[in-house]
This record gives sequence, C-alpha cells and structure tokens, in this order.
Amino acid sequence: MTEEIIRIGQLDKSFSGVPVLKNINLSIYRGEILGIIGENGAGKSTLMKILAGIYYPQTAGDIFLNGVRAEITNPIEARRLGISLVPQEFNLIRDLPVYNNIFLGSELMKYGITLDKAAMRRRTVELLAELGVTLSPDEQIENLSAAQKQMVEISKALAFHSQVLIMDEPTTMLTHYEIDILFRLVRKLRKNGLTIVYISHKLKEVKELTDRVVVLRDGEIVHDGPTSEVTTLQMAQKMVGRDLSSLFPPKNASVENETVFEVKDLSVPGVLRNVSFQLRRGEILGLAGLVGAGRTEVAETILGLRRKSGGEIRVNGATVSIMEPRNAVRKGISYLSEDRQGSGIITSFSVAQNTTLVSLPKYSNRLFHRIDKRSERRQVDSYIQEFHVKTESQEKRLENLSGGNQQKISLAKSIDTTPDILIIDEPTRGVDVSAKHEIYVFINKLVRENRISCVMISSELEEIIGMCNRVVVMREGTVTGELEGDAISEENIMAMATGAAEEKPA
Amino acid sequence: MSANMGERRGFNIEKWGAPIALVVLLLIAIVVGWPHFHKPQNLINVMRQASYTGIIALSMTFVIISGGIDLSVGSLAAFCASIGVLFMNWLLGNGWSEFWAVVVGGIATSIIVGGVCGAANGILITWGKIVPFIVTLGTMSIFRYLCLQMANAGEFASKSQLFSRFGAASLFQFTVEKHRISLPVPIFTLIILAAILSFLLKNTRYGRYLCAVGSNAKVAQYSAIRVGRVRLWAYVINGLCVGVAATLLAARFNTVSTPNFGLSFEMDAIAAVIIGGTVMAGGRGTVWGTVIGCFMLQIIQNMLNMAGISPYWQGVVKGMVIIVSVYIQKQKQ
Repeated sequence: MTEEIIRIGQLDKSFSGVPVLKNINLSIYRGEILGIIGENGAGKSTLMKILAGIYYPQTAGDIFLNGVRAEITNPIEARRLGISLVPQEFNLIRDLPVYNNIFLGSELMKYGITLDKAAMRRRTVELLAELGVTLSPDEQIENLSAAQKQMVEISKALAFHSQVLIMDEPTTMLTHYEIDILFRLVRKLRKNGLTIVYISHKLKEVKELTDRVVVLRDGEIVHDGPTSEVTTLQMAQKMVGRDLSSLFPPKNASVENETVFEVKDLSVPGVLRNVSFQLRRGEILGLAGLVGAGRTEVAETILGLRRKSGGEIRVNGATVSIMEPRNAVRKGISYLSEDRQGSGIITSFSVAQNTTLVSLPKYSNRLFHRIDKRSERRQVDSYIQEFHVKTESQEKRLENLSGGNQQKISLAKSIDTTPDILIIDEPTRGVDVSAKHEIYVFINKLVRENRISCVMISSELEEIIGMCNRVVVMREGTVTGELEGDAISEENIMAMATGAAEEKPA
Repeated sequence: MSANMGERRGFNIEKWGAPIALVVLLLIAIVVGWPHFHKPQNLINVMRQASYTGIIALSMTFVIISGGIDLSVGSLAAFCASIGVLFMNWLLGNGWSEFWAVVVGGIATSIIVGGVCGAANGILITWGKIVPFIVTLGTMSIFRYLCLQMANAGEFASKSQLFSRFGAASLFQFTVEKHRISLPVPIFTLIILAAILSFLLKNTRYGRYLCAVGSNAKVAQYSAIRVGRVRLWAYVINGLCVGVAATLLAARFNTVSTPNFGLSFEMDAIAAVIIGGTVMAGGRGTVWGTVIGCFMLQIIQNMLNMAGISPYWQGVVKGMVIIVSVYIQKQKQ
C-alpha cells in the first residue's frame, strides 16, 4: 500500500492564461482506491485528463510513473504506460458490436492486414468474464443498458494491461442497483492489484468506496487523507469552503387538497401500462424508480412527444388533449429535460436565447412576431440574479458555462412560461453541491410562493427523500406503489422499485 | 473559463471575416483590373451579375441555417421563368393588350410557382421525412426536365416588350465623375430582400426558431417549437426568392433557354452562403454575410476576366476560394 505508482510534483495548468490547477502535489499508491472530489470547475477533470494524455503539456511541474519522469503526450501513450480513463460520457459507437468497441483504434490484426476478429472476440469474452459480466461480444452497443455500456467502457480501459484506472463520474447514468454492481467490481479490481482513481460529486459513494480522499477547490488540493477520518458533511464543507447548512430546504407543509393535475391509466404499447397519479396544488411529487422504469417516458407522453394508446390527462379536473409540446405549454405544463445537452438547452445559443426559447411568444409582438429584446433582456437579467448564474453577459454561449450554470438556465427556461405544473427530470444531474442547493431552494420557493405544483423525477434517492411530499414508485412501465410522509425512505422506495415488495407477503 | 478568454481576446472572425475579405479582394481587384475595374459602370455590372444568384443565396442562407440544403434552385429558376413567360404569352394571345398588368401577372406567376414548388420540397422533407439532399436532388431533375419537355429543349421567347423593359430598368439616376449611373432593379431587389430577410432572421421569433431548429432539432422540439413548420417555411421562402430571381433574369434576356437557364445556380448560391460565414451544419449565419459572399465570387470572376484568364481557370479559382474560406472558418473553432 505504500508503493508509489504515480507522483505529481508542483503541477500547474493554465488555459489561455487562466490557471486551472495550481501547484498540485499528489502521490497515488499501488492498489488503492483514491477518491477525488470537488465542485464543478475545481479542476478534477483537468487533472485526470493530464494523466490520461488528453491535455499536454502541463504548464509546469512533473509527473513520475514508478519513479521515472514521464511525458504523457497523448491518450495512446497514456494507455501504453498503463493509465486508462473511463470518461464521464460514454465514448462508444452505437452501431458496432461490443468487441469492436473494446478494440476500437487498437484492433488486433492477422498477418498485419486483416482484422483478427476471432482473437478480439476471445479476448472480449475473457475481459467480460473477469469483470463478471454476462454479455455477448457480438451485442450491438445500442441494445445495452447504461450499466452495460459502463462495463464495456471499463473493459475497453482494461484491455491493455492497465495499472491505473481513472473513472470520471462513473455513476451519473446508473441506478442504485447498478451502482452496487459497479462498486463490487471496483473492489474486485483493487484486489487484483489495480489502482483506481475515482472522481465523483457523490460524497456518499466516495465515503463508501474509497480508501483515501483528495479534495480540490479552485485548482488546489485543500485536503488529502484517509476516507475513514472524514464524514461526508466534512467533505462537502471542504469542497465548498464554507459551512453547509442543510442541503434541502424544509418541505412545504401547506399542500392543498385540490388536485391540479392528474394522469389516469396512461398507456403506451411496450413502454407504459396504466400509469395513474394525482398532483395536488403546492406539492412536490416524486417519481422514483430504476433507470428504464418508464419515468421519463411518462413525462414525454404527457408532453405529446409519445403517442399514447390509452388513458387521459386532466388539468384542473378537465381532460386535455395534448398532441405536441406546444399544447402542453398552453395548458400550463412545463418540462425540464433529464438530457440537458441532448434536449434541454442549445449549447451554441446565448444565455438569453436559451432562457426565452419556450416563452418567446411572450416577448414578441403580433406584427411579424418581432422580438422585444429589451423586455427579454430585463427578464433574463432577473433570472441571472435570482439563480446566481455565473456569466459575464447574456450574450455568452452556454457551451462556455459550467454544468451547474447550464442547468440553472435550463430551469429558468422551463419556468419562464409561468407554468402551473412543472415536471423536472433529474434536476441536479451533473451539478455540484452548491448549485444543487440553490436549485432545491428555488424549486421549494416556486412551490411555496408561486403555488406551482411539481413532479420531480430523480434517480438520486436522497433528493427524492429530501424534497418530496409524496412519492410514486415505478417499475417496468407501471406504478408499483405510493409513499407519503415518514414512509418515504430508501428501503421502501427500493423495495417497490426492484419488485422486492411484491415478493414477500405484505 | 478558458473559452471566454479566447472570445474576448481574439476579434470576432465570424462577424468581421467576410467584410475584411471583401475589402482585401476589392483592393486586389483594383490593382489587377487597373484601370477598368474601379469604374462605377463596371462595379454596377458586377453587382448586377451577382444579384440574380444573390437573391437565391439570401434564402439559401435560411435553408442552410435550418440544417438543410436545396439543390433544386437552378432548375426551379428555369421552371418558374418558363411558366411566367408562358403565362404572359398566353395572356397576350388571348386578347390582353400589351400593358403593365401582363408583366405583373407574369412576375407574380413566377413567384407563386416558386413558392409552391418550394413548399413541395419542404413537405417532402418534413412530412415525408426524406433528407433534403435527396429530395432536392430529385426535384432538381424533375423541374429541369419538365422545362425541357415543355420547350422541346428549346427556348421560350417572351412576346412582351414591356417585360424586357422591366429587365433593363433602373432606379435612382445619379452622376459620378460625369458618368450617369443608376441602380438596376435586380441590385435594388437584392438589397431590399436582404434587409427584409436579415430582419426576419435577427429580430423575429421565426428567425430565432430557425436557428434553434438548425442547432439542435431535438431541443427545439422539446421547447414546444413546431420543427416541421419552421423547416417547411425555409423552403417556401427559398422558392419565393427563386421565383423573384428567375423573373428578373428572364426579363433581362426576354427569353428562357431551358437547357441553360439557371444552370449551376445552386453551386453559386451555396458557395456564397458558405463564404459569407454561415455554418454548413446549420444553426447560425447572417444574411449580409451571404450578400458579401455573392459579391466576392462575382468580383473574382470579373477580375480574372480582365486579367484575360480563361473561364475554365476561373472555375478552378472559384472552387479553391470556397475550400479556403471553409478552411479558415474551421480554424477558429
């Protein structure tokens, strides 16, 4: 445990003169699981990308590998040196089978000219067996679940005798259950002598899994010590650099009895079966379940993005017909997408253009639909202040903002239509602790002061438990249970989400 | 952090690249084409020649911003012009006397035919869910061969004298260095249309939606934008502009030669859009950039003409300019 495999000495890295990492001194020991935590923009990913050869050269400082000074000039070189990175976003080609993805760019060859498919298949089977995954090497990537894709990514990283495996936010796309599998796997890899660097926002996971934890803040290491000696709260405080009162604001106690929104027997062939729930005014209703349980699909069906085969949607008691998102917006329903960059925001659009994308009719006159840019600007400014969005101007493109700030704009966009019913899907995915807190407080305020009713879809149980008045749990496209008040607990939700509740007699 | 520094430090190539390139090109052309190039009459001619494909390029900018392409514009121009001329001749042959009403009827017919055919392209693309490249490749062939069939691969000569007067008409006479100069109708039309389309793109809901659809159609869909309609309108606007350009060009010759009319206009229009700084992948671009792009292409041709370089070499140079301008765009990303 004391053998040093990587030593980073006095490392600096700047982009266009802006320092991102300052005087980093860090040793990584063979066979440990090292957790690296920090808020978005703290420099975690930059540090790891330097180790993986993606950013070269560093502005100053040295990296030693097994005591020898190393120049990690590109990802292939890093791989050759035994350092592999499992990226946060899956880097797999949908149309290719598993074995082709694992060997992408380093295909095994026969006679130096033709692909040795047999050998690649064989090696893939070995790798997957080592990880304890049952998966055909010929399966297409598009048919895999998020967890299976993750396993393929890990196999890809391990295919070439890795010594150090860097995992960047590996659990973002995974459910509770899948995370357990991943953790077992990571521990197994450590036992086999691999060194694992685990980057995460999720402090509970870091606490559970890692041996040592390093905290980065504003490009500097502010803490380095055994995980067992710090609590998650202490970790959070070190990350943020200030005292954290409770992450969640107190729940709204004055939920009215009036049902503002109701879904009844909603069905989509092969996706949803008779989904029903009611939403009361001023309530936050959680929609919990494993990934693939059909929660996002419920939202998409409500919005008219999926054709329903049966069931109805009622707003204030009246059945409404929603054929496309436009109808939903007019009925006072708004949606915050789980897939921020895929369907939530336009990264090449400015802060202002994104914020008013749905609510644009509000800012345009009847004649030619000319946009009143002054009132647009005023409104966007008020959001920037209210959400503490870190941006120099409204004209800045969203691709230049951090994930947390992007999410705040995405939320601003969803509420700028002044909805009565807000459906938020994974509202804090890929967002750091302080932005999370701000988002929670804001949603709470909407519910309390603006009497908005909210459906919150989330895979983070902590969030569901901390925020919701009531929780509907889904499994395999159908509602398996409902919890209220003190009954909202991790055990109860998981039992309903996995089907364990049905197996044992009540 | 890093990206915004780059933004502030560097000047905005997207905004200023095309105008600067135009000025540089003008200086070169003045030198190469000395002493003829800078004469007002020559400059007016260059602008007039640029304006026919230029008008099409304006609306092509919309189509490309929407994430599409329209290859059918050249053939459609021939089709619009043919129908317009045929309609005028039919009116004159059926008891109408030669009067401006006939010309207006012909012009309107061309523009309406353009709009309808553009809508056909748009409907196939949005409702039929066929990619724009394929749809417009198909209609490019259809429109051209419809004309050739109707004319037996020959010409449609207009019987209206007023139509050719319209083709040669100018506005705003003024004098520069003892030369009497006036603004030909096509140039005037180009500038008016550019102003309208630029307003539409920058200041209206439609323009914002168009960019959204071109940048990320899925986000647009989730944002309650009717993606299909936004796209459809881009093709309709394009068809209308093709009709305008076609009628101006037909009036200029007072005839439509079906095999040659509008030939390779799609290439010139797309090239002008790209040189003007619009991103081929869609999502953003400017109308005035496209106007500059048209002028640049025409200036290059005029300059090479004056230098006595063969038209074949001119084609080679044009191709290189397109590639280089895209290469420069890529560098800044």
